[in-house]
Amino acid sequence: MLEQDRELLCLIEQDCRIPPEKLAVLTGLSVDYILEKIQQWEDDKVIVQYRPLINWEKAGQESVSALIEVRVQPQRGAGFDKIAKRIQKFPEVRTVYLMSGGFDLTLIIEGKSMQEVALFVAEKLAPLDHVQSTATHFVLRRYKQNGVEFITEDETPQRQAVWP
Amino acid sequence: MNHYLNATTAALQPSGIRKFFDLVATKKNIISLGVGEPDFVTPWTIRESGIFALEQGQTMYTSNAGLIELRQELSKYLSVHMELDYQPEGEILITVGASEAVDLVMRALLAPGDAVLVPEPSYVSYAPCALLAGADVRYIPTTAQHEFRLKAADLEKHYTPNAKLLVLNYPNNPTGAIMTREDLLEIAEFVAAHDLLVLSDEAYADLTYSRQHTSFASLPGMKDRTLYVGSFSKSYAMTGWRIGYLAGHPELLQGMLKIHQYVIMCASRMAQTAALEALRSAEAAKTEMLISYNQRRRFMIEGFRKMGLDCFEPLGAFYIFPSIQKTGLTSDAFVNTLLEEENVAAVAGTAFGPSGEGHIRCSYACSLEQLEEAMNRIERFVQKRFK
Ligand SMILES: Cc1ncc(COP(=O)(O)O)c(C=O)c1O
Repeated sequence: MLEQDRELLCLIEQDCRIPPEKLAVLTGLSVDYILEKIQQWEDDKVIVQYRPLINWEKAGQESVSALIEVRVQPQRGAGFDKIAKRIQKFPEVRTVYLMSGGFDLTLIIEGKSMQEVALFVAEKLAPLDHVQSTATHFVLRRYKQNGVEFITEDETPQRQAVWP
Repeated sequence: MNHYLNATTAALQPSGIRKFFDLVATKKNIISLGVGEPDFVTPWTIRESGIFALEQGQTMYTSNAGLIELRQELSKYLSVHMELDYQPEGEILITVGASEAVDLVMRALLAPGDAVLVPEPSYVSYAPCALLAGADVRYIPTTAQHEFRLKAADLEKHYTPNAKLLVLNYPNNPTGAIMTREDLLEIAEFVAAHDLLVLSDEAYADLTYSRQHTSFASLPGMKDRTLYVGSFSKSYAMTGWRIGYLAGHPELLQGMLKIHQYVIMCASRMAQTAALEALRSAEAAKTEMLISYNQRRRFMIEGFRKMGLDCFEPLGAFYIFPSIQKTGLTSDAFVNTLLEEENVAAVAGTAFGPSGEGHIRCSYACSLEQLEEAMNRIERFVQKRFK
């Protein structure tokens, strides 16, 4: 990947609302190049989606997240893919990772209440064929997500107003 | 009590920025482009290692020259990034910032009757340090026409036979100028021909855009003549830690070590430990900051050019040095009126020497949002004066 493209993609990832003209000034690339590149990334699903990162707790919306460790029996000819694809279809499931180490899949589940999440695990997830066991860990506090600190102290540098 | 001060100290001019600083201090809600230090907080891994050093009880003096591990790591860094070959033992000295290193070089080398060649506009500490060492200062003007690079012809013109030391500072504060290898070769030839030593203040060596930095000491025959001054302040956003270094010929460095040993003893141990961490694990963080400065740099060049002001492309440090001549104002009048009318602080080019007249120094070590707002205000200010 070209360094200039990486820089462009990083800028867009940090703030996808920067207009192409400003991206051009910041990167020294032409607007045409940038538009073409973005189109290509959208077509290739390199840029998967544009969406804001919302702090729902701050918005006053109660919600519960849980990280679930799942052990599964890999299937002949399909490995973990088949079961993973089956699990990811549930809308409650926000994230699915295949893991190395002591268990196989990590899921991140969101629900309105602990009860709702518990119900999902008990009624939908655990009974699935090939799921051997689950361990549910509820999220207590969200310090940082997607590289953004949710709970921060003000780090505004205390600089002198003028300095040689 | 003034008469108790010795003549040299009494005659020392207070920094040209001081008055302006006091003026700025009376204002609220200003945007300052007048700050010569990063807006970033020191990367976390570096801060964390400083905290850990304290937790471990690493609170004692280090050897005078500084932690050997740090000197070893610096030796590697200088070799990989600057094509320089300095031994950790005897050729590298850890100092309290580049500032102390500049003072050490001047005091160890200069005596009354000697002269120092200082290209201007320049960073503010060279001349006072030279004067405190009893030497004379001979300024070499540089101009926008040559993008504030030093030319051998200008050196020739202003040379004085008692010159012993030449100061080089590229990437440059205040202009953002850099010198290419070809530019420096011409200077090296002059230096050799006139048997000069060189204080090369490369505090901004890591902050260059588009071109690899060439270190003066890496040129043929220049290593023995060069005192290399480095700093963690700018590239790692560590200004408040006060940590830098000096590299040079062991016999010269031995002299500087003597002064350091009696005056400073050693640089702060916590800062040395943090600097070691900076070299070992903050490469990525440094690059991130560099990319960010570069984006702001492009934004500023575009902004000033759109306003119709002449502005050469600065390729180093985090300063831009546009010409404000078209407004008909002097540098001083420009920055004072700008502060008065638009609450934006920039530094008059003349604070760095007479050749800075007609220019202002803007630091782009500010958030992009602040820069955008500042540039809107400067544009409004400039338009009023164009007519
Ligand atoms: C050119 C130059 N040299 C040296 C210094 C001082 O750096 P340090 O913080 O390492 O003492 C500065 C700081 O602004 C500078 O601009």
